[in-house]
Amino acid sequence: MEKKKKHIIVTVIGKDEVGIVAKIATTMAQHKINIIDINQKILGDEIFAMTLLADREKSDLSLPVITAKLNESVKNMSLKVTVQDSEVFQYMHRV
Amino acid sequence: MKFSSEEILETVGMIAEDKLDIRTVTLGISLLDCADPDPAACACKVREKILAKGEKLSEKTDFVANEYGLPIINKRISLTPLSLVVPVADPAAFIEVAMAVDKAAEHLGVDFIGGFTAMIQKGVTAIDKALIAAMPEVLATTRRFCASVVLASTKSGINMDGCYTMSRVMKETAERTAEQDGIGCAKLVLFANPVEDNPFMAGAFYGPGESESSILVGVSGPGAVRRALQNLGPDADLGQVAEAIKKSAFKITRAGELVGKEMANQLGVNFGNLDLSLAPTPAEGDSVGQILETMGLAMPGAPGSTAALMMLNDAVKKGGLFASSSVGGLSGAFIPVSEDASMITAAKAGAITIEKLEAMTSVCSVGLDMVAIPGATSAETLAALIADEMAIGCVNNKTTAVRIIPAPGKDVGDFVHFGGLLGEAPIMAVSRISADTFVKRGGRIPAPLQSLTN
Repeated sequence: MEKKKKHIIVTVIGKDEVGIVAKIATTMAQHKINIIDINQKILGDEIFAMTLLADREKSDLSLPVITAKLNESVKNMSLKVTVQDSEVFQYMHRV
Repeated sequence: MKFSSEEILETVGMIAEDKLDIRTVTLGISLLDCADPDPAACACKVREKILAKGEKLSEKTDFVANEYGLPIINKRISLTPLSLVVPVADPAAFIEVAMAVDKAAEHLGVDFIGGFTAMIQKGVTAIDKALIAAMPEVLATTRRFCASVVLASTKSGINMDGCYTMSRVMKETAERTAEQDGIGCAKLVLFANPVEDNPFMAGAFYGPGESESSILVGVSGPGAVRRALQNLGPDADLGQVAEAIKKSAFKITRAGELVGKEMANQLGVNFGNLDLSLAPTPAEGDSVGQILETMGLAMPGAPGSTAALMMLNDAVKKGGLFASSSVGGLSGAFIPVSEDASMITAAKAGAITIEKLEAMTSVCSVGLDMVAIPGATSAETLAALIADEMAIGCVNNKTTAVRIIPAPGKDVGDFVHFGGLLGEAPIMAVSRISADTFVKRGGRIPAPLQSLTN
């Protein structure tokens, strides 16, 4: 059987501020999570929404720990970070 | 990127805001090899088997939930109907085995375990009688063990003696748990045409045709369906509404398929089936009644409710079937009164009555579910209510169920409070017109015709 890819989708939603992408990317780099693709936009006038595809193959951290670390990195900002296995999206959006 | 931002945000929103979740991962365990005429030995074998098969259920469920970032709410177990496992016609034997089952469930951290079940649609055996005699005691003294009795099927008709017996068991069970508003009855389901691989409690049991052990997954997401309809707006026609429901159901089912496959893989058992049922909880937004409201009814129970529910139930099945080849169980919409905020409001306002609920159950899963009625309702009236619901299942070749709570000392205008997932409900009025003579005739209503069904 093909080895399962450990790809995750990270979403960051909340109030726009300077430095969000930098903080998230730095934390991911510290934990050896490799960013594959990144997409960021401002919804309406001020809602920041970032979706990001990354590979956690080289990281030892479990998904809940990654979620906690990323939320910790932006803790003083009004943001919510969620992390999910990319297979969830593959199943739900691709036939 | 492989996925658009819109797709990603939709899924994240479904989970975070619309409470899309894997409602239950239920491990089915066959107990057919645990039969023993010595009750103590039987209890021991049953306990050992549950503990051995279920040992990793909790740990693996948490692992899978964490691994995918998908919430899994309940871990449960369903068992072979106990009437096929305890070969002694003695209520004490059933009580002894039931206590062992309850303890094993507690040890494994499982909140409900199903299978205190007898199948008497055509008639009773001495063993069935013993199981039913033990039922009030078991429901009053165990916390987790759920009971069910099959009273009717399309192929055998309706066992009216069984309906009458079970109405008295219900009343006794309610009395035995009177200090908690008769909560024992919330763990007792009466069935016509039950499915043997239902993952949802309280009516789950693991049928004798199932494999040694398998994973049964129940997914839910009334909030996600409602959101899809809200996005559609009030001008969309009903064809578009049905289409939107199908698409949501598809996505929700896919999430369940992913979890089911992985759970089966982790536990080394078969993936038995996936049951996509819109099962409400008392939490705000997690409501089937609100879907009907979003469709355009002022409250569930309004004229049009049966039509709206038929469309919802059908569209959910169509979306689900395309999403997984393991669809089974009940797969439809549930309308339990006490567990759905919008249904509770409608019942309080008098918008929904038992009679309207009964009509609605002819087009959806499952039946008169979590309906509280006056404790003074006679056993004969209760038996007649049960028979009506069985008739709907029988003639429509579908599952119907009755989970009614005759709340001791309560009357119309009062409330029952069960707490947690079981919620709360106003006492609903029951017709005072007598059916005594009809019920007391007893016997069996013959199986209905399968053709010329106009």
